[in-house]
Amino acid sequence: MPDATEPSPGPRVDEPVGRLSRADVAHLARLARLAVTDDELDIFAGQLDVILGAVARVGEVASDDIPPTSHAVPMTNVYRVDEVVPSLPREAVLACAPAVEDEKFRVPRILAEDA
Amino acid sequence: MSDDLTRMTAAEIAALIAGGEVAAVEVAQAHLDRIAAVDQSVHAFLHVDTAGALDAAKAVDAARAAGTVLGPLAGVPLAMKDVVVTKDLPTTAGSKILEGWHPPYDATITRRIKDAGIVMLGKTNMDEFAMGSSTENSAYGPTHNPWDLSRIPGGSSGGSSAAVAAYEAPLAIGTDTGGSIRQPAAVTGIVGHKPTYGAVSRYGLVAFSSSLDQAGPFGRTVLDAALLHEVMAGHDPCDSTSIDAPIAPVVAAAREGAELSSLAGVRVGVVRELGGEGYQAGVVASFEAAVETLRGLGAEIVEVSCPNFDYALAAYYLIAPSECSSNLARFDGVRYGLRVGDDGANSLEDVMSITREAGFGAEVKRRIIIGTYALSSGYYDAYYGQAQKVRTLIARDFTAAFARADVLVSPTSPFVAFGIGERIDDPMAMYVNDLCTLPASLAGTPAISVPCGLADGLPVGLQIMAPAMADDRCYRVAAAFEAATEHVLASIPELS
Amino acid sequence: MNYADVIARYEPVIGLETHVELSTASKMFCGCSTEFGAEPNTHTCAVCLGLPGALPVANETAIESTIRIGLALNCSIAAWCRFARKNYFYPDMPKNFQTSQYDEPLCVEGYLDVEVEGNTVRVGIERVHLEEDTGKNTHVGTSGRIHGADYSLVDYNRAGIPLVEIVTKPVPGTGALAPEVAKAYVTELRNILRTLGVSDVRMEQGSLRCDVNTSLNLPGAEWGTRTETKNVNSLRSVERAVRSEILRQAEVLDGGGRVTQETRHFQETTGDTRRGRSKEEATDYRYFPEPDLVPIAPDPDWVESLRVALPELPAARRVRLRDEMGVSAEDLVQMSNAGVVDLVGITTFAGAPVGEARNWWLGYLAQKANERGVEPPDLPITPEQVARVIELVSSGSLSVALARQAVDGVLETGSDVDEVVAERGLKVVSDTGALEQAADGAIAANPDIAAKVRGGKLSAVGALVGAVMKATRGQADAAAVKQILLDRLGVGS
Repeated sequence: MPDATEPSPGPRVDEPVGRLSRADVAHLARLARLAVTDDELDIFAGQLDVILGAVARVGEVASDDIPPTSHAVPMTNVYRVDEVVPSLPREAVLACAPAVEDEKFRVPRILAEDA
Repeated sequence: MSDDLTRMTAAEIAALIAGGEVAAVEVAQAHLDRIAAVDQSVHAFLHVDTAGALDAAKAVDAARAAGTVLGPLAGVPLAMKDVVVTKDLPTTAGSKILEGWHPPYDATITRRIKDAGIVMLGKTNMDEFAMGSSTENSAYGPTHNPWDLSRIPGGSSGGSSAAVAAYEAPLAIGTDTGGSIRQPAAVTGIVGHKPTYGAVSRYGLVAFSSSLDQAGPFGRTVLDAALLHEVMAGHDPCDSTSIDAPIAPVVAAAREGAELSSLAGVRVGVVRELGGEGYQAGVVASFEAAVETLRGLGAEIVEVSCPNFDYALAAYYLIAPSECSSNLARFDGVRYGLRVGDDGANSLEDVMSITREAGFGAEVKRRIIIGTYALSSGYYDAYYGQAQKVRTLIARDFTAAFARADVLVSPTSPFVAFGIGERIDDPMAMYVNDLCTLPASLAGTPAISVPCGLADGLPVGLQIMAPAMADDRCYRVAAAFEAATEHVLASIPELS
Repeated sequence: MNYADVIARYEPVIGLETHVELSTASKMFCGCSTEFGAEPNTHTCAVCLGLPGALPVANETAIESTIRIGLALNCSIAAWCRFARKNYFYPDMPKNFQTSQYDEPLCVEGYLDVEVEGNTVRVGIERVHLEEDTGKNTHVGTSGRIHGADYSLVDYNRAGIPLVEIVTKPVPGTGALAPEVAKAYVTELRNILRTLGVSDVRMEQGSLRCDVNTSLNLPGAEWGTRTETKNVNSLRSVERAVRSEILRQAEVLDGGGRVTQETRHFQETTGDTRRGRSKEEATDYRYFPEPDLVPIAPDPDWVESLRVALPELPAARRVRLRDEMGVSAEDLVQMSNAGVVDLVGITTFAGAPVGEARNWWLGYLAQKANERGVEPPDLPITPEQVARVIELVSSGSLSVALARQAVDGVLETGSDVDEVVAERGLKVVSDTGALEQAADGAIAANPDIAAKVRGGKLSAVGALVGAVMKATRGQADAAAVKQILLDRLGVGS
């Protein structure tokens, strides 16, 4: 464990550099619908690479015979009875929306103009 | 009188109101006055609901006048973390992307608070979407630690912890995903508890990491936290992961712990992996003294080893970002919240991307990108899949340790409150604040932080962990410890 | 291009993915109503709008219906499985992920036997899983389509309605009959779903939607690259889509080209398919187990009780039609070819005489389907409703002409038979006085025809009967009217 009272080290020399490239980050940002700026890409690429280097440690321990845990508390078969309960008033629903037309949520064109 | 009311515990206030010695409205007003006096420097609150608080207090007074038997916390003021949905009151989760959103519904715990006659003073500041350990990641500016205004109040529930430490509210609600109740409690010198996962409904908590998020109480005493815990906890059919079983008797445990002043027959396990190198010297010293106090109370101290706790940080920083990348996808400027760049020319994808870029802060973006990566096909097994296996191993470590000990203890955080701005540009330096709190989060087990002294004049927290559904053990040991030690908050400097 | 020639040179492999909206009262994960055709955004709440903080709780009936579908399709039911999140951004999906199932479907490894031209083809079922439907986008602009739209409007009423996806294994070896096999599969599946009572299975309302996968390969060669054709919204379109895709792919291959793996859209008007999104552009869905829902572990005893309680399925019903109701083999083939055998079966088992049921479905209803350009099962009338019409005729409440009006009313309005009958005042006029009055009117208005009848040309009375029927708006019994006319003209027997 690094001495966490000290400022954290930069990218370590014993780790492969560029696990997560600037281009990778740009691609992931697009998948996640984040219009990140060039400056952010520069900063994030370095930071994320350090973080990934640290979290990749999970590969050191767990082997095939260990079941993954998706839910901390083991429960099964939690259901509701098929009964209608009142919906929210439409005014309340649409009042939250950035743009509304004809009682529907208005969104910009789904396909880009050149599509 | 007004100042006295803000210094009282929740239990004392409730007793005065129930006995008709003070009106709930007076209590609410005293706390609103305190907020008006100090919150400019602390900035614990994002929104103060003066009218709503006074109305709620009046309703309690009216109920008492009508002869209604009041609940155990009726009329007691509370500060609510802004991640909890409150009908018709702003709910931002510390993010710009939810600025101006007035939810059309109440979280289950909001409803329980209201039903219990608890007076909600307002919504407290937090790291954006609960991602952080300092409350510096709020889009609305940092909260200041009332012990030293140049320092952080912990996070992500830093507004709630600061409000309680600064006597702006006797009670607060926080949420804890990797330590966001316990670490702020520790660095502000108050009590904070993360319940067993599933003990408190998540319905209406703006989700960060669904398999880890859990709401819990803050108080200045163990009993106050327990009283609030019992209001919050209990089965909720609206949350599929809510446990359908009786609530652990935490109030009785807190009372018993304080009254008995003995831990004879209780086995306390000191976790070897949660301490040592990298921990601030003053924290280690306070912790060691705390263990001696426990021993002095008659507890049997055993050392336990949980080797896989060393991997908790790595597993957590894969699972939480993965889940958050999915949970935060809904913030797209279509149904609610911010929309930026809708100029008629931009496509929907452009508008979504510009909106999310403008609405999310750096830490949120970092975690979304990490999570998107960890869930990608081709990487899933190596990252998310492995992290879930580590989770299994950590749970097994706990099971083995609880075979040898009734509770486990560690420092709550390796450090005392650090300076605002000190770590903000170094994500890893921020993440290690959670080293001690992450294992219980990953295993879904309960843990409490109780003040255990000062290091360099700043509070240190003792973490007490128990098996799932045995939240009462945390409270019992914490209450016994609290009764045997000097009250840390007594030495908090007066705010001007 | 000649279809027979193409089939002589290429072997088609087909596969079908069918989405079925379950007819539960409430949505998959919240209590909002699933009613079709409500005002936009009136069936929405915090959960199905994906508001921050809202959490899903699974609808038990939807789980049960999915298991019953799996059992009817001879599937194994998973002992333990989970929901998963399928992550992608689209405005009709409120959370920007769809709660679905990924590598742990509720039902796996089944089959469905379908009959085509006397042959039985076994279609393997890969999986049956449960997910949630999306909302509906309306595209605003001159085109009215997503291409070239100025902007779009979203209605989330449909978002969160339980949706079952039934995926077949690839079906090779059907040769020229591939389009008919595809249609027969969807027809049989629909019949099963209707029999189970788990869905309205109305293709025109979108409660049953079909994607058809098609590929071609040279005899003996590996299977070719497949395309996925969407927007196949009727039984007839299933057949047409496969046929047109076989022809299109053959043309590509004949020209030395490669078939691209892509999504295509069936065009109802032209009967061909058009290119949609290419699979290469397909997004990475980043599936992971849904942490907000706990695993499903159906109690084996419960599953067994559901299996025992399954209703008689269409295949068994056909056997019974033949063996118990005495429907001849030829009649069965004729009804099967017309796609009405199960409709006749259900109508019969709902209480109608088999001959009447057969006549309605092969006669008037087949004609109505033809006029609408749909297959009989796509008509918005249920076999139970047809059985009710037949009952009203046999009890004398309706004449055949009135019964047809009742059927027309159901087809036009979607209302129930008795509602249509009541609203339109459909009732046989049995008031003899009124009929006699109408008969006298008709005789007075048509003296020439009356004279002919009096003169012994009895067949001429038909024109007078028609006049009386018109005057009584079809509400009289034609035979009774005829007798009255003949009596009043003095030529009655």
